[in-house]
Amino acid sequence: MDWITPDYPSENPAQNSLWDKKYLLFLTGVTAVFDGFKALDIDYFGIFHNELRVIIGPNGAGKSTMCDVITGKTRPTTGTVHYNGEEITKKSEAEIVRSGIGRKFQTPTVYDSLSVYQNMELSLPGPKGVWSALTARETKVERDKIMTLLERVRLLDDADTEARYLSHGQRQWLAISSLILSQPRLLLVDEPAAGLTDSETELTGELLLELKKDHTLIVIEHDMDFVRQLDSRVTVLCEGKSMAEGPLDEVKVNPDVIEAYLGR
Amino acid sequence: MTNVQTGSGYYLGSLAGSSAKQLNKGFLGAILALACLLPMLATAGVISVETVNMAGRYMALAIVALGLDLIWGYTGILSLCQALFFAIGGYAMGIHLAQQGTLHNGIPEALYVVYPYKVGETRGMEVLPWFWAVFKSFNLTLVLGMLLPGLFAGLIGFLGFKSRVKGVYFSILTQALTVAAMMFFSKNEMKLCGTNGLTHFKTIAGYELSDPNVKIALYVVTLLCLVGSYVLCLAITRSRFGRVLLAVRDSETALRFAGYEPFAYKTAIFAFAGMLAGLAGMLYTPQANIMTPSYMEARWSILMVIWVAVGGRGTLCGAVVGALLINLLYSVLTSQWSIGSFDWKPEYWPIVLGLLFIVVVLALPNGVMGVWRKMVGKVTELD
Repeated sequence: MDWITPDYPSENPAQNSLWDKKYLLFLTGVTAVFDGFKALDIDYFGIFHNELRVIIGPNGAGKSTMCDVITGKTRPTTGTVHYNGEEITKKSEAEIVRSGIGRKFQTPTVYDSLSVYQNMELSLPGPKGVWSALTARETKVERDKIMTLLERVRLLDDADTEARYLSHGQRQWLAISSLILSQPRLLLVDEPAAGLTDSETELTGELLLELKKDHTLIVIEHDMDFVRQLDSRVTVLCEGKSMAEGPLDEVKVNPDVIEAYLGR
Repeated sequence: MTNVQTGSGYYLGSLAGSSAKQLNKGFLGAILALACLLPMLATAGVISVETVNMAGRYMALAIVALGLDLIWGYTGILSLCQALFFAIGGYAMGIHLAQQGTLHNGIPEALYVVYPYKVGETRGMEVLPWFWAVFKSFNLTLVLGMLLPGLFAGLIGFLGFKSRVKGVYFSILTQALTVAAMMFFSKNEMKLCGTNGLTHFKTIAGYELSDPNVKIALYVVTLLCLVGSYVLCLAITRSRFGRVLLAVRDSETALRFAGYEPFAYKTAIFAFAGMLAGLAGMLYTPQANIMTPSYMEARWSILMVIWVAVGGRGTLCGAVVGALLINLLYSVLTSQWSIGSFDWKPEYWPIVLGLLFIVVVLALPNGVMGVWRKMVGKVTELD
């Protein structure tokens, strides 16, 4: 794991271009400070192309803040975020999304008064401007794609149900399948298994592993069984810092990690 | 609540919603038929031309309600400045009409009586303000009467939504703007005829406004504009654009992370609603024969919200029904009549209106259309 050694200084443009080739996403020197509280303090964090990375960490470790920084919801106090060869630190949320980073929030966000199908429709890739929305109509290919995805997450029978009537698990799946439909290169999935039953969790895990084939994913999760199912490289965040990185079995025996989870 | 048509025209399962849709169509058809019948009844002498004129004014107000429903009912933004956009359209038409009447030294009567003379100026030294001259042309007035409120709304929307002013703060902002505009329009120095407003209209496009046939014609034009606006709004709500508006109402954040810029959509629909209000003002002024700053009072903005709330927000049909219903009630309940020993007094009207609003908020969150929906059955989408 030689790549874990940070090769600073990050200001060096040549170094940055080298990293761009290596990683789809990398953060250097990122801090996020709220009212004097340092929620995030990451020297170096990189995600390879087509990698599935799981981020774990105790509550308040800065996992969601990191997602916020990557997706432009929160501006970092210092540091830069590079994605696919360009800096995205100062871009707006919508710009970042359109450049290919998709996100599922911790609480699944769906549009309550739209039907399941209409929820999916708004996630179709393509122009998102006012004028195009006035005339936009799904093609047969797009419609079939939506239906296939809905079938995969067992929502086909509810395609015309307003999203407000869905169960929590169904909302999770709707949020995830909307995200898949929008074809991002990088998916940030915040707690996809929260509040799901065991069988629902299993399906969610299967979905994510399927996505791994041609997407890059960052999954934030608490559920250790679920993390084991994903069988991927794990980053442990604690108090805003990246504490350990490696396979789950390896980080699990790391004394720092044990201390962070069990308290000192 | 299943088996409704999706926006794509994709049907799944049974078609339980379609019979309700038929009923809905019947309901709309009945209103439209009655509206078409009015001018015929007037020419036959069954009802007075004044009744038709009144209906025309109410239909103009229903156009404002349509716009407000798009921004409040669909997009979830409570705007209290539709009255301002309505007045801008009304003033555009009013300034044009006032110039078609009696002139004193080239100055329209309405402006002449409240002309703000500077020190040293006397009668006979009045100058027609440049912005009056702009509205001399009827065609240009028609364009500006919609364009000006549209642009103004676009500007307010752009500045407000870009900096993410939301919820009650946006409502307060719009209300404050309307009141500020009212004070601005009330000043004699602005040469907009002060608190008197624009009056003394004689002709429109060369036709006498007092002619009953012209009144009926104005009614027909208003009805056509209402139907046209309704169809346009329907097209908007049925497009993907309309579904994005609902998404703005439900979760703006989610929408932003789906790659949309909510502020662009909000600005666009706000500008469109502003244009509808402007159109309504232009139609209202020649039928009411007056346009004054009092139309920008807070109570008008709130009244417009009540129309939509009573009719049922989020349904275009509800906006029209609400506006017509409340205004009809208004005209009945602000006239004097008695049943037996009970004397109705016009002073009771605000109490009725207030009670109506409370009842709707507490008991009928979906307004008249919600009741209708329950009666008809399982309709979940009623346009």
